[in-house]
Amino acid sequence: MFAPDLPPADLPPPGLRTVIEMNPMYLFRWEEPQQAFVLLYPEGVVKLNGPAGAILGAVDGERSVADIAALLSARYGDADLSSDVLEFMETAHAQGWIRTKS
Amino acid sequence: MPLWLVLELTYKCPLKCPWCNNPVDFDKYRNELTTEEWKAVLREGRRLGALQLGFSGGEPMLRPDLEELVGEADRLGYYTNLITSGVGLNPQRLAALKAAGLKQVQLSLQACDSELNAKLVGLDVWAHKIAIAREIKAQGFPMVLNVPVSRFNIDQTEALIELAEDLGVEYLEFANLQYYNWAMLNRSELLPTREQLARSEAAVRAARARLGRKMTIYFVIPDYYDGRPKACMNGWGAIHLTIAPDGTALPCQEARLIEGVDFPNVRDGGLDWIWKESPGFQKFRGDGWMKDPCRSCDERAKDFGGCRCQAFLFTGDAANADPVCSKSPHRHLIDAALAQAAERGDACRAPLQMRARQTEGM
Ligand SMILES: C[S@@+](CC[C@H](N)C(=O)[O-])C[C@H]1O[C@@H](n2cnc3c(N)ncnc32)[C@H](O)[C@@H]1O
Ligand code: SF4
Ligand code: SF4
Repeated sequence: MFAPDLPPADLPPPGLRTVIEMNPMYLFRWEEPQQAFVLLYPEGVVKLNGPAGAILGAVDGERSVADIAALLSARYGDADLSSDVLEFMETAHAQGWIRTKS
Repeated sequence: MPLWLVLELTYKCPLKCPWCNNPVDFDKYRNELTTEEWKAVLREGRRLGALQLGFSGGEPMLRPDLEELVGEADRLGYYTNLITSGVGLNPQRLAALKAAGLKQVQLSLQACDSELNAKLVGLDVWAHKIAIAREIKAQGFPMVLNVPVSRFNIDQTEALIELAEDLGVEYLEFANLQYYNWAMLNRSELLPTREQLARSEAAVRAARARLGRKMTIYFVIPDYYDGRPKACMNGWGAIHLTIAPDGTALPCQEARLIEGVDFPNVRDGGLDWIWKESPGFQKFRGDGWMKDPCRSCDERAKDFGGCRCQAFLFTGDAANADPVCSKSPHRHLIDAALAQAAERGDACRAPLQMRARQTEGM
């Protein structure tokens, strides 16, 4: 919503086996009045759509991109979601919302 | 929905910035809300969906109940930002604010050397500001370093970027001054030249390329040098709500300078009514109030006709187009100010009229 124009990430983008953690600068949580997950950071708010909220909600600093895709497939009974999840993680990484752990 | 709630806890401040955006007659508003009244605002704001909360002023550190209010705000689920000059802040209070749940600190810094800083704010507080900046980082807060930019400090852009890097801040904000209130009184001294601005922008561009993600640099453009107005506040009464020290509710912190609009007060009505129905907040919502050229302009959904305060200040009618717009019949007034800045060049000569109580020699 108010995300500034950020320069591209310095680190290589995540792959399927990359473990993901939240950037501690961002606060992720459910907002009842918005009926949406949001990311809060200094002077900014990002309102997330349903899939984005579900994906970030599964980020715990231990799961890899593939783990998260598998978890969501199982939860929503969808076929393989790994390419969708990977694509979102690339965006989230470029925005600085998440970090990659080796 | 008022996503952004800003509480101006007090207009009092130990500093004397000659561009301060507080009202020129700030000393008139001594009737500050009590702790309990602020807490009621916090609760009602959350109910309306407010998420981001700024504690500002004046100098918010002058309120001894700041820690208590931050605690209440955090409990209610706000993302809490402290907007401070750093004066009145010390390691102990910072630790108490952290414990109360404060998420972020925005510290203002006016120059990269103590001499110019003292000249600009009227007190020798530079060394304290730097020490407190390091303390803010040491205590693990994300931090925005805010630099109000004028002709006096714009040539320090590069040095300020290096200083911010050294301090380890995540965000550096160059806020080119907006000319209302005190800044308007001192405009001819403060407005930078086009050449200064171009040099400053080039320095920011180079630093962004060099720094990558290490630090985000915001550069708030000075709208006088633009042909289009800023999308002020994202529109009147759209996402922003400021509560002034005396409880007056405003769609933006400058709005009380517009004469003839009746702004509601939280002492007289609930925030829900104030936001959704009060005449002050309805006044310039949407685009039904617009006149030509905005009324028939295809850019009106993009900038909402610019800033109502600026329109009022220059044309006497807040419903006119923002005069910085090249389509405004009043644009020549802005151009005259720019011509004056160009003529005076980079030299800063006349004395600045420092922020002070009006009785003190104004
Ligand atoms: C009014 S101050 C109140 C908080 C505190 N006293 C401080 O200076 O940080 C809020 C912010 O507005 C900035 N500011 C003040 N006057 C301004 C102006 N005319 N244009 C742009 N920013 C301004 C300050 O630098 C500060 O970051
Ligand atoms: S801008 Fe300067 S004078 Fe105004 S409140 Fe902040 S520190 Fe005080
Ligand atoms: S005429 Fe009005 S709506 Fe159109 S660009 Fe100018 S200020 Fe914006």
